[in-house]
Amino acid sequence: MLFNESVIIALKALYSNKLRSILTMLGIIIGVGAVIAMVSIGMGVRKKVQDSISSLGSNMLIVQAGAPRVNGVRQAAGSGENLKLDDSDAIKKKIKNIDYVAPSVQKAYQVVNGNQNWNTTVYGITYEYMSIRSLTVNSGSFISDNDINTRTRVAVIGATVASNLFGSTNPVGKNIRINNDPYKIIGVLDNKGQSAMGQDQDDCVLIPITTAMERLMALTSIRTINVQVSSADKIDQVQAEIETLLRQRHRIKNPADDDFQVNNLTSIMETMTSTTTMITLLLGSIAAISLVVGGIGIMNIMMVSVTERTREIGIRKALGATFNNIMMQFLIESIVVSVLGGLVGIIIGCASAMAIAQFGGFNTVITLEPILLSFFFSVGIGLFFGIYPARKAAKLDPIEALRYE
Amino acid sequence: MTIRLEGIKKIYQIGTQEVAALNGINLNIKKGEFAALMGPSGSGKSTLMNILGCLDRPTVGSYKLDGKEVAHLSDDDLAKTRNKKIGFVFQNFNLLSRISALDNVALPLVYAGIGRKERMERAYHYLKAVGLDTRADHQPNELSGGQRQRVAIARALVNDPSIIMADEPTGNLDTKSTKEIMNIFIDLHEQGKTIILVTHEPEIATCASRQLLVRDGVITRDAGKGEKMDVV
Ligand SMILES: Nc1ncnc2c1ncn2[C@@H]1O[C@H](COP(=O)(O)OP(=O)(O)OP(=O)(O)O)[C@@H](O)[C@H]1O
Ligand SMILES: [Mg+2]
Repeated sequence: MLFNESVIIALKALYSNKLRSILTMLGIIIGVGAVIAMVSIGMGVRKKVQDSISSLGSNMLIVQAGAPRVNGVRQAAGSGENLKLDDSDAIKKKIKNIDYVAPSVQKAYQVVNGNQNWNTTVYGITYEYMSIRSLTVNSGSFISDNDINTRTRVAVIGATVASNLFGSTNPVGKNIRINNDPYKIIGVLDNKGQSAMGQDQDDCVLIPITTAMERLMALTSIRTINVQVSSADKIDQVQAEIETLLRQRHRIKNPADDDFQVNNLTSIMETMTSTTTMITLLLGSIAAISLVVGGIGIMNIMMVSVTERTREIGIRKALGATFNNIMMQFLIESIVVSVLGGLVGIIIGCASAMAIAQFGGFNTVITLEPILLSFFFSVGIGLFFGIYPARKAAKLDPIEALRYE
Repeated sequence: MTIRLEGIKKIYQIGTQEVAALNGINLNIKKGEFAALMGPSGSGKSTLMNILGCLDRPTVGSYKLDGKEVAHLSDDDLAKTRNKKIGFVFQNFNLLSRISALDNVALPLVYAGIGRKERMERAYHYLKAVGLDTRADHQPNELSGGQRQRVAIARALVNDPSIIMADEPTGNLDTKSTKEIMNIFIDLHEQGKTIILVTHEPEIATCASRQLLVRDGVITRDAGKGEKMDVV
């Protein structure tokens, strides 16, 4: 018998029992849909983590004033005061394979223009900060080395600050007051939008680091040095060199006494990626269980269907249907259920992944692998759970089947 | 196409009790014969027909169809034999209820591996031959008993088998329908088909060229055309 003949017979049988076919498919639809939606959430989390790390810059090492010990008690990271601007200069001068070194300090301030005020974070930075954070100036200019050297009161402001303090007028050339001191605005940054962490990246005021430390915040130490390494395979080497250099400068013999931390974003990213992959797999396999349950549903209905259609099977066999003909008919029926269920499940899974992204506040990423995987899995399930009922049907004795009431 | 039965027995095991539905049947039916099987209820007529129609296997004995021993055939070979050589008409029609009369008639051709277009043409031809071409699209439950049986006969004929077997084809029909059906069988006989027919009614049996009486699983009389046999 021709193969497409079996498909037609199966489709007709399914069509004549529409509600039951749909209910049977529902198991597979939910299973496939759940796998796709769950995996897309997991992938979304993973992408978000990756993005937020890589938005900090690629090949980045972050040197932070470390956890100092006060009477043997380790304090919070970044609260130490031993990381100096000189350390940053030393790194820049002595260590090779480095593109940029960008020291920074930061603190929250109220920024005032006339009767408008706005609470934001003021960053003390150097010129390299622009490259390392890939910032671009929309109008005006960026902070120059000269500004750093002369500790001028100039500021480059983010778009959010600009619109809150100046509305639609161009703020370049105007003055703002930070901590009651006037700062001349020399530039406005391009819109960067939200960071992957949900922070508004345009809500900032950038001033020369020297000005910030000496004239605004009265600091002698810095918080962070961002170091961009020239290539990924040099990161570990550069990290070790920085640690050695800083230990030398801080006269530390035992690495356990470090008053700084060097964090490697790539290794953080790797850990985070493997964690989120685990989460994805977990979500996916929980959803896959419902797919198996859906398969058992198919088997259940197929068993009922075989019993119900015993007489039909008898007639077909009496007219010359062979074992394979009947086997094929029922197998195709269960595969058609699972394929159709799988296809609808893919649509529903993708749609719900998009809906979750739209309304649920989750990032979702739809990829081809879970779609293909869950589809072929559902076809496999149709095949696997269809075999037993189909064999049962094909093995029926024609006389007994015809006599069945 | 000859039929040759030797020492055919069919024994059913019910619990510890053995029921011999057929108890040693010896029978030769030649090509082109029209044989009527008669006998009281429970005598084994249907059992014999099922074995002749390759639907069932005897417990013991030899059944040679066209010189070939049926016992040696596999289940699938039996299915192919039923498909190609034998057309079976059942007392209760055994049509598929959810498909049209035309599709029902075409069903054996599906399993014969014939393409859709030719199937439909041939099915239509035989439906026309039994006078039901106007009802091709009707489902069986939209047809009368007599019409259903004519659809079943068209289905039995569609793959052009050389043997037609009918187990009480008119058992559920009124006199008028019975006459129509019998005329079809007489026509087929004249076309040279071998026909084996089970019936309760002596008048129907007289249409046949040969009358066989089955009693308690054995053939007790074998008579020619026209003789009136007392069934009971
Ligand atoms: N599957 C079965 N299991 C047990 N006994 C059976 C089975 N099929 C038939 N028999 C027995 O075999 C005997 C012959 O049955 P069969 O159906 O051949 O009779 P029949 O001559 O066709 O009767 P009727 O004229 O009523 O149709 C009966 O006694 C019946 O009880
Ligand atoms: Mg009977």
